[in-house]
Amino acid sequence: MTLSMFWQHLMNGISLGGTYALMAVGYTMVYGILRLINFAHGDVFMMGAYFAFYGIAIFALPWYVSFLLVIPLTAILGMVVERAAYRPLRDAPKISTLLSAIGVSMLLQNVGFLLFSGIAKGFPRPSVFAKQWSVGSIRFLSLTLFTIVISLAALVVTFYLAYRTKMGRAMRAVSRDIEIARLMGINIDRVISFTFAIGSALAAVGAITWSIKFPALVPDMGVVPGLKCFIAAVLGGIGSIPGAMLGGFLLGIGEIMIVAFLPGISGYKYAIAYSALILVLLLKPSGLLGKMVEEKA
Amino acid sequence: MRKATGRILTAVGLLIVFMLLSWAEKNLDPYKCRILNLIAINAIWAVSLNLIYGYTGQFSLGHAGIIAIGAYASSLLTVSVVKKAKFFMIEPPIWPISVIQWPFAPSLVVATLAATLFGFLMGFPALQLHGDYMAIVTLGFAEVIRVFIMNLYSITNGALGVKAVPAYTTLLWSWGCLAFAIFIVKKLGDSSYGRAFKAIREDEVAAETIGISVFHHKLLAFTIASLFAGLGGVLWAHLICSTDPNAFTFLLSYQILIVTVMGGMGSLTGSIIGSIIYVGLAELLRPLDTPTTAIRILGTTIRGHPGTRMLVISILFVMIILFYRRGIMGSKEFSWKWLLSKLQAVFKSKTTEQEK
Repeated sequence: MTLSMFWQHLMNGISLGGTYALMAVGYTMVYGILRLINFAHGDVFMMGAYFAFYGIAIFALPWYVSFLLVIPLTAILGMVVERAAYRPLRDAPKISTLLSAIGVSMLLQNVGFLLFSGIAKGFPRPSVFAKQWSVGSIRFLSLTLFTIVISLAALVVTFYLAYRTKMGRAMRAVSRDIEIARLMGINIDRVISFTFAIGSALAAVGAITWSIKFPALVPDMGVVPGLKCFIAAVLGGIGSIPGAMLGGFLLGIGEIMIVAFLPGISGYKYAIAYSALILVLLLKPSGLLGKMVEEKA
Repeated sequence: MRKATGRILTAVGLLIVFMLLSWAEKNLDPYKCRILNLIAINAIWAVSLNLIYGYTGQFSLGHAGIIAIGAYASSLLTVSVVKKAKFFMIEPPIWPISVIQWPFAPSLVVATLAATLFGFLMGFPALQLHGDYMAIVTLGFAEVIRVFIMNLYSITNGALGVKAVPAYTTLLWSWGCLAFAIFIVKKLGDSSYGRAFKAIREDEVAAETIGISVFHHKLLAFTIASLFAGLGGVLWAHLICSTDPNAFTFLLSYQILIVTVMGGMGSLTGSIIGSIIYVGLAELLRPLDTPTTAIRILGTTIRGHPGTRMLVISILFVMIILFYRRGIMGSKEFSWKWLLSKLQAVFKSKTTEQEK
């Protein structure tokens, strides 16, 4: 194992981690505000991937137009899901919302099976992303670098929205204490819609980078990345946006490194991610960067 | 109504049901028997989830893993040595599995106990957590179990699954096990343990302050629920005659959740009703999945399309959660007293009409 191969793997890991980070932020923002594990997030991600696919394949849009259109479309989908399935249950027991999220997840998958069929669709890979580049002795596909750049850009935008705008401040206030925020005159419904829109938009960006890398689209493709990104969010400290980004990158790098350096146990990489989740939850439930969220007293 | 009358009615009712079942076993075609078996097995799983969630308030999504343990343990214990040697193509089975070939009854007991043990091992760490964290950790455990099953070729035959599992599950076995599960859970629910479970469900902190050992009771509920989940898994394996790791994804846990929620959280009779509706609906909607069916609505013909069935079921599930959260039975149970009072009311209204 040479040093250049290590760098190569590290780069792949950061690239995969960037995609994970995009999705993990969606989980963490929703959890921070509603204390809800948004089981449907992975399926919103799947829908985003299909939107991009159909934009290119059926409407014959240039790929960049399609990619840019997908982001608002997926954001709208996320807002619709929240409006239809979560908002009516705002005052219901917390577990009902979780059940509803599971229901929506199944619903989206089945809509996918019905509309897109279960046969895998090949995602077109624009030639810009398929170039072989090399820096010194490190060789990589251009999409690896692009994924890193795109996800970092999206994360910076999210950071800006969450920490530098009025809406972002409202969002953080709601996540601190929803009742007090309401008393302070914050429009809770709008903030929650906004959160879902941002989360889903990030999922759409993640879906695009993911599909360019793994170009087979199936209607349940969102499930495994969804669960992994939830793990990443918990790892970084759920509710914390920088935490989710860190968790995403750690998970991506860890996964690539396990496959690269310990190929014998690569079949278990999913189990390893879950074991990490279980250990974090048991030993340090606040995660790496999170503050402890008090459960119902 | 006296207590004894209720017991006699229950005994008579059970007797009639089991006579009907033994008649059905001989006279109905295998397809119908299979549906009846599936109803019983799903009801066992729903009863099991009800014990954890409906009674004790702990949200678990780990059922698929426990069921997988039960199903695999029993399959590996009963499949004949010759067939095992044939089916384990990638790696030969390791020692105890390669020589064992048991009859159904002992295998059922051992496999169920194995599932119970795994349930205990899963519950011990998972129950330290609450609410949705517990849900995600149990889901994680179930997936880890599945990943191990997929990769341990010399024990489970990995992704190929175990085939030619003997078809031992009969209606008497499945419905007998359901009756057993309901009897135990009902007795447990009515005992001091059951009251402690419900106290934990209502308010964990309050339960702790009045001296209930919260963790022990949660673990007890979880372990017993795992026993029944495993039992259902054994019956399922011997009904569909093969065990495939892809059958035990979280979708199976979701399915059990749908059945339980439909029937009503905390209601055992609700679990049976939920199971009848779910399995019945899944079968009735089957034509929707086949392209040969054509439904004429308003002059346009709609053709069946694969996937429609699950779409309808998931829409129904979301609708139930949004508009009818308590399920069919709520947390009530069927009772003879209720039935008799209804009958009496009907009878009385009829006689008064006649008098007029």
